[in-house]
Amino acid sequence: MTGAAPYDSDQPHGDSASSYDPNYVPDSVKSFVVHMYRHIREKNVYEIHQMYETSFQSISDRFFKDAPWPSVDAVATYVDNDHVFCLLYREMWFRHLYARLSPTLKQRIDSWDNYCNLFQVVLHGVVNMQLPNQWLWDMVDEFVYQFQSFCQYRAKMKNKTEQEIALLRQYDQAWNVYGVLNYLQALVEKSSIIQILEQEKEGLEQFTATDGYDYSGGSNVLKVLGYFSMVGLLRVHCLLGDYHTGLKCILPIDISQQGVYTSVIGSHITTIYHYGFANLMLRRYTEAIREFNKILIYIFKTKQYHQKSPQYEQILKKNEQMYALLAVTLSLCPQLKLVEETVNSQLREKYGEKMLRMQRYDDEAFALYDELFSYACPKFITPSASSYEEPLVNYNQDAYRLQLKLFLYEVKQQQLLSGIRTFLNVYSTISIAKLASYMEVDEDTLRTILMTYKHKMHSVDSDGKIISNMDTNFYIDDDMVHVVESKAPKKYGDYFMRQIVKLEGITSDIDRVKLE
Amino acid sequence: MGREMTNQKPQSEMSYTVQQLVSVNPYNPDILPDLENYVNEQVSSQTYSSNANLCLLRLYQFEPERMSTQIVARILIKALMAMPAPDFSLCLFLIPERVMRTEWVLVLWKGWGMTIGMQMEDQFKTLIVLSHYLETARFRQFWDEAAKSRHILEVVPGFEQAIQAYAIHVLSIAYQKVPRSVLAEAINIEGLVLDKFIEHHITNSGWAIEKNQNKGQLIIFPHNEFNDPELKKSAADGIPLENITRILPILG
Repeated sequence: MTGAAPYDSDQPHGDSASSYDPNYVPDSVKSFVVHMYRHIREKNVYEIHQMYETSFQSISDRFFKDAPWPSVDAVATYVDNDHVFCLLYREMWFRHLYARLSPTLKQRIDSWDNYCNLFQVVLHGVVNMQLPNQWLWDMVDEFVYQFQSFCQYRAKMKNKTEQEIALLRQYDQAWNVYGVLNYLQALVEKSSIIQILEQEKEGLEQFTATDGYDYSGGSNVLKVLGYFSMVGLLRVHCLLGDYHTGLKCILPIDISQQGVYTSVIGSHITTIYHYGFANLMLRRYTEAIREFNKILIYIFKTKQYHQKSPQYEQILKKNEQMYALLAVTLSLCPQLKLVEETVNSQLREKYGEKMLRMQRYDDEAFALYDELFSYACPKFITPSASSYEEPLVNYNQDAYRLQLKLFLYEVKQQQLLSGIRTFLNVYSTISIAKLASYMEVDEDTLRTILMTYKHKMHSVDSDGKIISNMDTNFYIDDDMVHVVESKAPKKYGDYFMRQIVKLEGITSDIDRVKLE
Repeated sequence: MGREMTNQKPQSEMSYTVQQLVSVNPYNPDILPDLENYVNEQVSSQTYSSNANLCLLRLYQFEPERMSTQIVARILIKALMAMPAPDFSLCLFLIPERVMRTEWVLVLWKGWGMTIGMQMEDQFKTLIVLSHYLETARFRQFWDEAAKSRHILEVVPGFEQAIQAYAIHVLSIAYQKVPRSVLAEAINIEGLVLDKFIEHHITNSGWAIEKNQNKGQLIIFPHNEFNDPELKKSAADGIPLENITRILPILG
């Protein structure tokens, strides 16, 4: 790469460090870039996807296990020095670096520059390519990931050298939170993706039906980047602790349906993970449970197909994290009937015991809430730069500690509710006086607890409507508590529908057999 | 319920521009002064915009040196008034701890004197305590503490009414019939004023009264899906239209 300062070169940290020559281009790389370049020019999306997913991985495994790929300058000659291809190549180059090695500060800054250049080209609307959704998703995902990584890195002030601090001061625009948010916002706006999705509902546009691809000779890049940027914004806002705005950013996407976000498993999981987490923090427990349940079923059914893919480990990790979040949510709001059997049995296996202990709300319970939350939560960031003047301390944990503290504070406020639940599950009617004596509190306190229960188990949705998350329902008539039957009304409608579809499936199968 | 019962006045021209800024160009450090002015306008005109206030808190998060504790305190009070919406928690999620703590140190260092510094921090602590009481329906303790903190709260007109609206909301989702004493404690009104209050709601909100066995007064709330199980059940077994469309080709 050009412009490497003497104290901070592109030398990787790894075994092949001494032997890394940025200008050495093995034949397989030469062939890779030549073919990739041709496929991109000819818009052969399928071939691009194959090369991007498979070839890149296998070449990396063979030659670049812990070294970067050849520099872009070295390969540029094989691709007519094409400006856009070089930007794309560099994007993959940096992603590989982040995955296998640790980037230096200079490399982080250079990667930021590359993203700026790449996004600017796309925003100017001069791009004429069709790229696979997987790649476009990876771009946005990696962009947010590198931002998160940079904030974590910047906040570890303690062992920073003077040169690093000087460089941070000089390049204060790199990975600046305003820059990151504005690029994502610009992609959403310039692509008009929100209007496209609106018009699609009325049949005036085709987007989801073609998985975002453009079959009329145009390019899918800006539109799909704009689409995935909405998920990117959801993620960034969650990292900042702004759950409300994060959910607003994702509003144009209907997550009750399939969509372009489900066309790439990484995007599907990231969307639902953050959506569920944001709902948990907003006390919209039933919504969180529903979505976690759906995605966990989906992962259970489909993960075998992704075993060979580079995303497999991430998929498994997010799967485990969402089980932890589900365990936490169900301990606060035991709506077990919303959880499907497969998920439920996995949940009991992983967290059955811990969930029982969490519902006791003693000291051990809080330790468990802490443990699961800390394991499963996003890597929160502090978006502001430090002043570099105060004594150099690490503040990379501050954001996480704040969110954890506020979460545990919420759990503490719900401490007395599980006691109420136990009694309400046993009685259909009970007087305030009796219930108070069983719970060993005075009547006034009991009334307070009952009202807290009602308040905590109702959330306010984005339109200001009150939504009930109540598992065990009740109402109070003067000094009598009336418990409402908590058995769910049998969903005859749903059952009949499923049987109809099933029968139709069997009938058409039989029809097919007859023809042979 | 909730939000609808609080501050509801036609938006001014300024608020229209600010709302536009927030939706079109929210990640822009230059709009910070506009957002601060807008907070003050919300206070004086008894309106509320959680989006604009969250936007401002975000900008403060990005540039902590520009944070104004006075504005943050006002935002927090307005958020309390928006209950049962979780706005207060949403705000706390965005206020870095070290800013709230170091404010005190900075104020001392700038030579303003200790009392002002301590007031700043106490303000936030008080508001968090008040929020805690409201979240756990401890209305008596809330009104006691609010009385002690009048100097902090009186800067925002409409505070009392907003909290009373919240209290009534919680009562009406928990009770079909509530004893008068419980209502009185929750909204901090007694005697003749309470009588008038109840009469007003009988006329306008569908309340009713009856006597219980001990000759005390019972206030009856209109039935809603939260305090009446019958009303809830009827909504439960519906099937969304999209699901039916799946099987229409089969039936046809």
